Amino acid sequence: MAAFIKAISYYLPESVVSNQDLVEEFPEWSVEKIAKKVGVNNRRVVNGNQCASDLAENAARKMFDEHGIDKSCIDFVLLCTQSPDYFLPTTACLLQDKLGLPTSCGALDFNLGCSGFVYGLALAKGLIESDSAKNILLVTAETYTKHIHQRDKGNRTIFGDAAAATLVSTNGFAEIGIFDLGTDGSGGKNLIVKSGAMRHKDRFDEVVFDYSGNPVSSDHLYMNGSEIFNFTLEKVPELVENVIGKNGMSSDDIHLYVFHQANKYMLECLFDLMDIDEEKGFVYMSEIGNTVSSTIPVALFEAKRQDKLKGNVVIAGFGVGYSWGGCVLRCQ
Amino acid sequence: MDINQFVCEFAACFDDTDASEFYAGLQFKQLEEWSSLSGLGIIAMCKKKYGVKITGAEIREANTIQDIYEIVSDRLK
Repeated sequence: MAAFIKAISYYLPESVVSNQDLVEEFPEWSVEKIAKKVGVNNRRVVNGNQCASDLAENAARKMFDEHGIDKSCIDFVLLCTQSPDYFLPTTACLLQDKLGLPTSCGALDFNLGCSGFVYGLALAKGLIESDSAKNILLVTAETYTKHIHQRDKGNRTIFGDAAAATLVSTNGFAEIGIFDLGTDGSGGKNLIVKSGAMRHKDRFDEVVFDYSGNPVSSDHLYMNGSEIFNFTLEKVPELVENVIGKNGMSSDDIHLYVFHQANKYMLECLFDLMDIDEEKGFVYMSEIGNTVSSTIPVALFEAKRQDKLKGNVVIAGFGVGYSWGGCVLRCQ
Repeated sequence: MDINQFVCEFAACFDDTDASEFYAGLQFKQLEEWSSLSGLGIIAMCKKKYGVKITGAEIREANTIQDIYEIVSDRLK
């Protein structure tokens, strides 16, 4: 049985951090200039009390309302987050209760970042093809800003919080094609929050400043930007080529590319490297930033709203892990 | 591979600094325009134009355009 994306909605927390806010915090830094290059004007951030399940609940409720979906049809919840409410219980279980979904639902969390939406689609497709579920609520929800050091101007410029809710079903507007997925855990050290889990349960409480004045702290999100950039330039062209090939297509058959919206600069480098025309490479992040696993569903929602989501669409997620994945969506 | 051509390609990674200011011995991190994003631009240029991967650590250790040129040249041998 084929699997389709039937509906997507997303939710952004209310608080906005503008470029002007960052300029005031970092007067020594050319935030405007950097922000222009990375393509982010504003980003939304959670307040101290908001957690992944809260964003997830709002995104799911929006999806039910905006698309007229009866929540009683949901028979599985997949929730992707790297900022869960608790170590345990599973955030997807909390979400089942918050939303009042049937107790006959399966529910699980999976821990991935920027590749998470693609992996979620692959899992959902597997559940449908194995006849284990028919209407899967796939939610991506992150509060990455809670991981970021307050003085980390680089990551604070790029990242924003969000959640997206996607209904994967036996019918819909985008048939989910064949996947290409991959992993290279040797890159784990390049995008990491070291403390807080079981390997280093206690905080390190140490901060050093790198050559550009950014704080490096084991208690916060660390990103080795140049290593991540190199990984992306190396892996994404290969991923996209594999995805197109596995789906029996050539690049001429592809109408739109929706990549993980890491930052505009990286996307432009990728489009340039892969000879993807500007009108075929979709970018949507200026008002929300990099929302990790939600960037692809948010971009798909916006591409649909702009009437650009037609024909064969390549989606590709890549990042923390390292982890990457892509597939073709055959859109109506 | 030609150093003059490399300097031109290096200069094209920068938006605000005039191309005439670039030469092989330029200590590029002294440029007012220099930022960590400039480093990413150089990584992308080396990948696209020469198919060569250079790392952020190598850029941090390099001082001049000539230093980067030599890394790329060595990898092409």
